[in-house]
Amino acid sequence: MTLYFTKDHEWIDVAGDTGTVGITVYAQEQLGDVVFVELPEPGRGVKQGGEMAVVESVKAASEVYAPVSGSVVESNDALAADPSLVNQDAEGAGWFTKIKLSDSGELGGLMDRAGYDAFVKSLG
Amino acid sequence: MSASSDETLHITPLNALHKELGGRMVPFAGYEMPVQFPSGILTEHKHTRAAAGLFDVSHMGQVRITGADPAKSIERLVPGDVQALEVGRMRYTMFTNEAGGILDDLMINKRADDLLVIVNAACKQQDIALLQAGLPDCKVEYLADRALLALQGPEAVAVLARLNPQIAALQFGQGAEILLDGISCFVTRSGYTGEDGCEISLPADAADAFARKLLAQPEVKPIGLGARDSLRLEAGLCLYGHDIDTTTSPIEAGLTWTISKRRRAEGGFPGAGIIQKQLAEGVTRKRVGLRPEGRAPAREGTDILDISGNKIGMITSGGFGPSVDAPVAMGYVAAASAAIDTSINLLVRGKPLPARISAMPFITKRYAKA
Repeated sequence: MTLYFTKDHEWIDVAGDTGTVGITVYAQEQLGDVVFVELPEPGRGVKQGGEMAVVESVKAASEVYAPVSGSVVESNDALAADPSLVNQDAEGAGWFTKIKLSDSGELGGLMDRAGYDAFVKSLG
Repeated sequence: MSASSDETLHITPLNALHKELGGRMVPFAGYEMPVQFPSGILTEHKHTRAAAGLFDVSHMGQVRITGADPAKSIERLVPGDVQALEVGRMRYTMFTNEAGGILDDLMINKRADDLLVIVNAACKQQDIALLQAGLPDCKVEYLADRALLALQGPEAVAVLARLNPQIAALQFGQGAEILLDGISCFVTRSGYTGEDGCEISLPADAADAFARKLLAQPEVKPIGLGARDSLRLEAGLCLYGHDIDTTTSPIEAGLTWTISKRRRAEGGFPGAGIIQKQLAEGVTRKRVGLRPEGRAPAREGTDILDISGNKIGMITSGGFGPSVDAPVAMGYVAAASAAIDTSINLLVRGKPLPARISAMPFITKRYAKA
């Protein structure tokens, strides 16, 4: 299992040809209280950097982008009942989807934890 | 998303306190204001409905009007019945334009020697110019040296009564000069949350210490603009520039109750002819409450469709109501579709989201009996 991060504040934890995707702790802090998450149906194809899900806070709706291309194999049904899981455990129980990667080469363009932490720090 | 370093932003007397409390500062109407504190909008919203929330609304404009008969004079600009106001009473009204649209909404407090007018921050300069031009027989003074705080929630009056028991005698919609913690304040029992509470005008240089004193009370927490917006939306109250503007009339906006029988008959305010015609013949669209089914919020700008798919209007404010625990919205729809419980669809991200027209407020208002 290897963890990667995007500049749009998504994470993907890859095991074999499948990755679990969510938004980062920093992203949920910026969003504030999450009240609704719109997740893709299993089977849907996604493109790296393309819209994958929508996360709604009290204030605003934000798009969540797919960190890799592939097809959605599962979405986290627990978020429908309790969207606050995204705030409580963004990089754990608050995961969004599992994606079967179509091109593992795309992972090369993502950051590791140290790279992402440095990126967030640079945002001030 | 992050705090702006824009040097042109104004600050309120509580700016340092907001930052010390961990407020997330954002630009709003030319001011650097806290959108939320570390506890977050949901918690702040619910705390205000359960206990007492302290809001800094010092960015709003406080304008003092003096003259021979300022109540009569200001009626040239607003449809509200200001002459009927007794000393110590307040009225919600709006500046109208010749088309019957709304230039800003405001509160007018009638005091023994003047009118104290509270206007929106974003419209402040325009409103002052309008008052100066429209009331040449009056003196119009912008009170730049006054701060404005709101303490809202079921415990708000009890907290303030601890500082001066006179507070408890104020009825909703009433105001008085009251000494709080040794500071001469003008306090009104009013607010923008649907809860009981007070708004307190006080000298800017006393605001920081006074706010700290209130925050030291166990019931009181600081509340940012985010919760201010969700609270007023649940209460069905209009936000200028969103739910009302120069293209909406007070009648379309459901603010007919703010215009007395005398003012309806006499007119004498900008756009009176159009507004009188709307009162007599009805309007083609109305502001309504909306309750989407399910959990997905529908935001400002969302198209409202009838069940056949025809566009009948648009959402002007929408989000998640923390106390309703469901999405809530308001917007304008064709009058034929404005009846409570009418089924409609909201076009959210290209998909129709079922909703129905709802009565407002979305929560039970708990104002003190007037």
